[in-house]
Amino acid sequence: MSALSWSSVFFAVVRREVSLSMKQKGEVLTPLFFFVVVTSLFPLGIGPESALLLRMAPGVLWVSALLAAMLSLQRLFAVDYADGSLEQMALSPAPLVLLVLAKALSHFILSGLPLVLMAPILGLQFGLEGRALGILMLSLLLGTPTLSLIGGIGAALTLGVRGAGVLLSLLILPLYIPVLIFGAGAVEADAAGLGAGGHLSLLAALLVLSVFFAPLATTAALKISLE
Amino acid sequence: MKTRLIHWFKFSSPQNFYVLAGRLQPIFTVLAVLLLAVGLWIAFFVAPTDAQQGEGYRIIFVHVPASQMSMFIYLIMAAWAGVGLVFNTRLSSMMASALAPTGALFALLSLVTGALWGKPMWGAWWVWDARLTSELILLFLYLGFLALQSSIDDPRRADKACAVLALVGVVNVPIIYFSVKWWNTLHQGASVSMTKSPSMAAPMLWGMLIMVVAFWMYTIAVALARVRNIILERERHTEWVKHAVE
Repeated sequence: MSALSWSSVFFAVVRREVSLSMKQKGEVLTPLFFFVVVTSLFPLGIGPESALLLRMAPGVLWVSALLAAMLSLQRLFAVDYADGSLEQMALSPAPLVLLVLAKALSHFILSGLPLVLMAPILGLQFGLEGRALGILMLSLLLGTPTLSLIGGIGAALTLGVRGAGVLLSLLILPLYIPVLIFGAGAVEADAAGLGAGGHLSLLAALLVLSVFFAPLATTAALKISLE
Repeated sequence: MKTRLIHWFKFSSPQNFYVLAGRLQPIFTVLAVLLLAVGLWIAFFVAPTDAQQGEGYRIIFVHVPASQMSMFIYLIMAAWAGVGLVFNTRLSSMMASALAPTGALFALLSLVTGALWGKPMWGAWWVWDARLTSELILLFLYLGFLALQSSIDDPRRADKACAVLALVGVVNVPIIYFSVKWWNTLHQGASVSMTKSPSMAAPMLWGMLIMVVAFWMYTIAVALARVRNIILERERHTEWVKHAVE
């Protein structure tokens, strides 16, 4: 197959995922509302003290983003696995890695990007302002694709397994820790006057690493699940 | 091994390894018991009282070997799982699943002894130090491995899926360690410097080394015992198992 048709396969898969989700808007909106609800719970649990909330904001928003990403991950391969189309995709002449990358990209578009756009509004509730909001958005923009890519490994491993949802979070959340640290750390470092550059660079480095390695692991896991 | 040629691959068959493991296991058990006895004797009666920490430091003789083993076992487990994935050898994957519970146990033991040690020394059961946090995450990785293993019914599929997970974990462990370390230095919270190693009295060092070797022997003995059970369970449909059990 030529390179041109590979790229057309890639974008066809992305288009398919996006248009399928647009038909079932709940899939996109539920994780987003989950994100909003979870972040709103923290001030209720901790108290309305604004200085404390400001300190906690990056961490709270990032942890909620991780959990929201987990919610939609379960369905990444599960629906296609259940109706057999995943098997057909695996049998197609296009490499499976390409399909996995397209799936990860569409997961980011459908679950990561809405969080990036929603975050500044929630950040305002916690008292974050201008510059901090910008860095929060940037860190989420760099971090959430990594979440989709790493999450793909877990989604592929737990395909068709009993209690896949809870298992997925047990497998994947420990692997999300570096992203959480550097994502929330970027906003805090900037607030402390250290500059967010280092953290954002590390987030980008994690993204590059996971673009390369995660699809390979996901493909291996998918092949095991499809055997 | 003198000059006699041994066909090592003979032992990659579960049936042959079952017999070999059965022979080796008592040796390692005896070694583990003897070394534990010697090590604990040194720990309690020979090693001098620490000038700064008094008698409380003696938990180091369990804490340090347990932490070391928890990390080594993860590497060994991932290596076996990787071999099993690449060469499609059943026994390698069985070894990986035999090691996982022991590794999780040592990670937990290391956290518990660390907490017991931390309370009198630092005045806190838990501090969010980089090492403590990474050990906790290591425990989570073990638990993930065990949970995935137990939730897939087909043992071969479970082996392969767990192998992918273990290898992903191995790649991530250094990244997690350094990110947690950096997170810790950024926050400068209640962290206690544990990096400076005070000069140790010779009996302390010897006691610790013997305990480390004892823990190795224990791990090997337990892994062999567990792998024998796994072999029996998975090969239960075969003739030789029916004879072996009788």
